Amino acid sequence: MADLQPDNPYAPDRFPDPNKHVDFPLDAKQKFESILTRYPTREAALLPTLHLAQEVWGWISPEVVHYVGSLLDLSPATVFGVVSFYNMYYQKPVGRYHLQVCTNLSCMVNRAYDIYDHLCEKLDVEPGHTTPDGRYTVSEVECLGSCGTAPVVQINNDYHENMNIEKMDQLLPRLK
Amino acid sequence: MDPIKILTANIDKPNSTSIEVYIDGGGYKAAEKALKMKPDEITQMVKDSELRGRGGAGFPTGAKWGFVPKNAPKPTYLLCNADESEPGTFKDRVLIEKDPHLMIEGMIITGFAIASNPMAYIYIRGEFYYGATVLEKALAEARQRGFLGKNIFGSGFDFDITVARGAGAYICGEETGLIESIEGHRGQPRVKPPFPAVIGAFGGPTVVQNVETLACVPLIINNGAEWFKSFGSPKNTGPKLYCVSGTVKKPGVYEFPMGITIKELVFEHCGGVPDGRKLKAVIPGGASAPMLTPDEIDIPLNFDALMKAGSMLGSAGIIVLDDSVCIVDAVWRLSKFFAHESCGQCTPCREGTHWLESILDRLERGGGRPEDADLLLDMSDNIGGKSLCALGDAAIGPVISSVKKFRSEYMHHIEQKSCLPETRRYRRLDAPVAAH
Repeated sequence: MADLQPDNPYAPDRFPDPNKHVDFPLDAKQKFESILTRYPTREAALLPTLHLAQEVWGWISPEVVHYVGSLLDLSPATVFGVVSFYNMYYQKPVGRYHLQVCTNLSCMVNRAYDIYDHLCEKLDVEPGHTTPDGRYTVSEVECLGSCGTAPVVQINNDYHENMNIEKMDQLLPRLK
Repeated sequence: MDPIKILTANIDKPNSTSIEVYIDGGGYKAAEKALKMKPDEITQMVKDSELRGRGGAGFPTGAKWGFVPKNAPKPTYLLCNADESEPGTFKDRVLIEKDPHLMIEGMIITGFAIASNPMAYIYIRGEFYYGATVLEKALAEARQRGFLGKNIFGSGFDFDITVARGAGAYICGEETGLIESIEGHRGQPRVKPPFPAVIGAFGGPTVVQNVETLACVPLIINNGAEWFKSFGSPKNTGPKLYCVSGTVKKPGVYEFPMGITIKELVFEHCGGVPDGRKLKAVIPGGASAPMLTPDEIDIPLNFDALMKAGSMLGSAGIIVLDDSVCIVDAVWRLSKFFAHESCGQCTPCREGTHWLESILDRLERGGGRPEDADLLLDMSDNIGGKSLCALGDAAIGPVISSVKKFRSEYMHHIEQKSCLPETRRYRRLDAPVAAH
């Protein structure tokens, strides 16, 4: 999510806060150990470890970048390079519900932008930003591979297919 | 031509993802049979079937396996490319979510054919979270039954599969980008040669195959190469999944013998475009494929015919556009996609895709200049063939074809500062735009 990148990658808050200590909880540590057994090198475990870290903390903070690097014997720069390459690693906290509207061609001609604009207006949120209560983040994403059931909105891990404004309005109140 | 149910034989069955349903339908018979054959016999059979890769390039599958050196010093890798992200393509998702055991069986056979004890991964795009859970469950079932693990079917063949999730990067569907990503790096494609079959993942020989290609393998083993060739035409064989989307009445995944015409597929099976509208353009093979006009669509959907017509079958993602769609806006949207997904490694692609996007956006906003149509062609010429992977070439496909085939619509934008009166724009130009 490029629009979830910090405005200035060199801003002071990109450096880890030495007072914040991050450590995987026990079950995540076990998962991490089992990830390591699936790959021939420690470095190859980076993507799954970042997925795991994001499950635990919700986003990849500078502290997490350093922590994951220390787990895998990688420099923070290497980890940050990977984090910033892939859209799904969040470099900022996101809302409890991340509403990702696909607007690529097949979704676009099935009125995806109407849904997207409606969400931004109704929730009064800028694209790629989070509502002040931390409940929703709205962003535009590239093709989700569900063009036959366009338009599609991905909410956290789930696809909502054949969407329209009415269905979206019915769904929103259920996302507490 | 009637639809067939071969690759999709199981998907409508209740509980179709379970191993019991798959075995009841004759599943894992092909793997049992294959593991009693010699690896070279399997490769030869796949060569004879003329199976070509279903991911986009259409490379002959058997030939690819043949390139893998025997007794390489490093382990061999089999990677299943389930990073389906080409706009307009959603066929692999059906196989993954509805019939995961078919591709798993295909991987067992392929793994046995290419090396003694290869390591195998399914690289699935991160957004397919549900698909990844279906695969994990299916793999656990297969392990429990002894179809994965040590000494499968008493053949001495050890094989297991790991699900590796991507994290949202189209470029990781490119085979060397995928390899980089599996290794834990940014997904930036590599220089070729060396080709992955010789030096791929972790320095070992590597075969990367699309989900649908792997799903074809058990069918070939069960029914023979001749049977497989009975579908389609020479060099373009087998059952094929076609994804139809866009402004069409019945979008979805359709299975036909390779080579149904676009006209028949769109108008007879998908109900054509919505009432009162006319067909304007068809993109036959995912976003990268040059578009075709309505008088060009009486053409078989296979690799060679589409290549001859200046387009490509690609991933068989057919996007239908009716006359309400502004071509400039549609091409802008595709260019925005490629600009977003360019990995940034090669300058022509990294810079060029953004320029294409901004010129097309300028045209849409009434700021087009008289030279813009030719400028787009000129820029495309400076992107095509000048980057390491095919993303640059993909990005210019829709641009060049639309400028050539819909030039009057471009000129209308330049001269009248607006879209054609019969088209509607599917986005609001005043809406705030998020930065890339």
